[in-house]
Amino acid sequence: MAILEISELTHFFGGLRAVYDLNMTLEGGELMGLIGPNGAGKTTVFNLVSGFYRPSEGDVKFRGKSIVGLRPHQVTALGMARTFQNIRLWNSLTVFDNLCVSQHHLLGYGFLNSVLRTRKFHESERKVRKTAEEIIDLLGIRHYALELPKNLPYGLQRRVEIGRALCLRPKLLMLDEPAAGMNPGEVDQLIKLIRWIRDEFKLTIWLIEHHMRVVMNVCERMKVIDFGEEIAEGTPSEIQQNRRVIQAYLGEEEPLHAHGS
Amino acid sequence: MRRNIPILGYAILCVLGVVLAKADVLDLYMQIILMFIGINVILSTSLNLVNGYMGEFSVGHAGFMAVGAYITSVLNILLFTNSSVFGPPVLSPSSALILFPLTLLAGGVGAALAGLLVAVPSFRTRGDYLAIITLAVNYIVKSSIENMQVIGGARGFMGMSNVINSMKEVVDLPWTLIWVFISAGLTVVILQKFVSSTYGKGIIALRDDEIAAEIMSVNTQRMKVVAFMLSSGLAGIAGGLFAHVLGYINPGTFTIMKSTEVLVMVYLGGMGSLSGSVLSAIGLTIVLEAFRPLQVYKWVIVPLLLILLMLFRPEGIMGHRELTDVFPRLRQLLGLKPKLSE
Repeated sequence: MAILEISELTHFFGGLRAVYDLNMTLEGGELMGLIGPNGAGKTTVFNLVSGFYRPSEGDVKFRGKSIVGLRPHQVTALGMARTFQNIRLWNSLTVFDNLCVSQHHLLGYGFLNSVLRTRKFHESERKVRKTAEEIIDLLGIRHYALELPKNLPYGLQRRVEIGRALCLRPKLLMLDEPAAGMNPGEVDQLIKLIRWIRDEFKLTIWLIEHHMRVVMNVCERMKVIDFGEEIAEGTPSEIQQNRRVIQAYLGEEEPLHAHGS
Repeated sequence: MRRNIPILGYAILCVLGVVLAKADVLDLYMQIILMFIGINVILSTSLNLVNGYMGEFSVGHAGFMAVGAYITSVLNILLFTNSSVFGPPVLSPSSALILFPLTLLAGGVGAALAGLLVAVPSFRTRGDYLAIITLAVNYIVKSSIENMQVIGGARGFMGMSNVINSMKEVVDLPWTLIWVFISAGLTVVILQKFVSSTYGKGIIALRDDEIAAEIMSVNTQRMKVVAFMLSSGLAGIAGGLFAHVLGYINPGTFTIMKSTEVLVMVYLGGMGSLSGSVLSAIGLTIVLEAFRPLQVYKWVIVPLLLILLMLFRPEGIMGHRELTDVFPRLRQLLGLKPKLSE
């Protein structure tokens, strides 16, 4: 069953056409890629889907329900989680608290319960902590659980951010350039991690990536956009051969032999 | 239940204070200083919720204090005293003893509703622009009161000591002191419980990265409403107490000067630190009082001390840490569990 259906998605920033007539469908359990040159509108697509921008036109259906016009936290509550291109962890909360606070929509108690410390509060708090500890162990970051994220190395921060998204118990996980700024060793770990997460949590993963090794090793299917428009879709090997993709990334192919060197 | 040691200790200190006051060991002057300390503790910790934990810059705290002060005072005068403005009391004056906390709470609720004036704009703006809005709210409140002739306008409003006196006629205890102690204690407990719950930590997430908070499931608009209403509501309660300590209020008391005084306490104690705010409220109130003999030089020396402190310790006395962080053994003593099960 399709978990995410995007139809005729179009978005303008003033006069700038950022996304134009984008159609795509994500099947449950898929590892889908979204690639394109810098400024192609990939992150904008993510922002439109997660409810941060309201699309100018078009519709986004998540698990069969239109989510256009919902506020981001409402979209999240439906089972969609994402990470950010530039890591956006809460730096004055510990890693553990980061994972707890991201379950805010599952708390089920409000101000009064938090002050009166009712049984409801303790039950809910215990559940949240349990989930956070599970994720911490699964990702192997227990050692850093009480550190502030800003004190951790970059690769670990990415890992924590993915953990924070997993705490939301998502059906769809959107990763915005998870390999950005990582060294080769960290990239290898990341590739393993992403595949493992898909199998362990049985969720759909949609990622934006520039790093070709990640894209080719992780994605089963991918969509390529340029200037906000789709230029190709297919398996990694198909995409590698696609002329329009090569043109978008490398520019018009110069017929070298024509110069007769 | 070692966790309750601080609450128990505070309760014992309060009882001791009340007994000493009753036995005239603490004279009226000392009592008033104690009450101002309590009120300032409420004001600085509640402002710290918005300025420290949530990272907004509210400069209109005195406005909410005024709302609370006037609502509580008007209610009390109307209900329990024979005044020239509202005529004979609606209820018997002796019932003030029981109903006083309710009127105090009513002032807090009124101030919390006034807090919506800031909370709603905060959905769309933040930082400097929101600071200007809080300043505007402070002025709106002050000017509104100045133009309401029924409650005395710019001349002020008085008669609150009659309410306290009628409470004393029933049971002869220093009632204002008692209510200041209770309110200050409750304020700190409420704020501490709130910001240490996962729900309340949503506010800290909001300060660190609002976009990430919203996308990562925190209902930022609701959290802002909760924080602003809680903060202004507590300021309203402080205002109600303030009115009954002095027995007289006028709108001129609740200007930007008063707001600044509270701001100073918050930044002196340290942003995002409740124990810092408590310490600085106590310290600053005492220092200001101790330097009273210096007369006008006080206003040279106290700001100078502030400048020096900010030079050498810009994060404030505590700065994002609590007493338990500074003295880890305190954590052991109180039997606080480690955050992770091993």
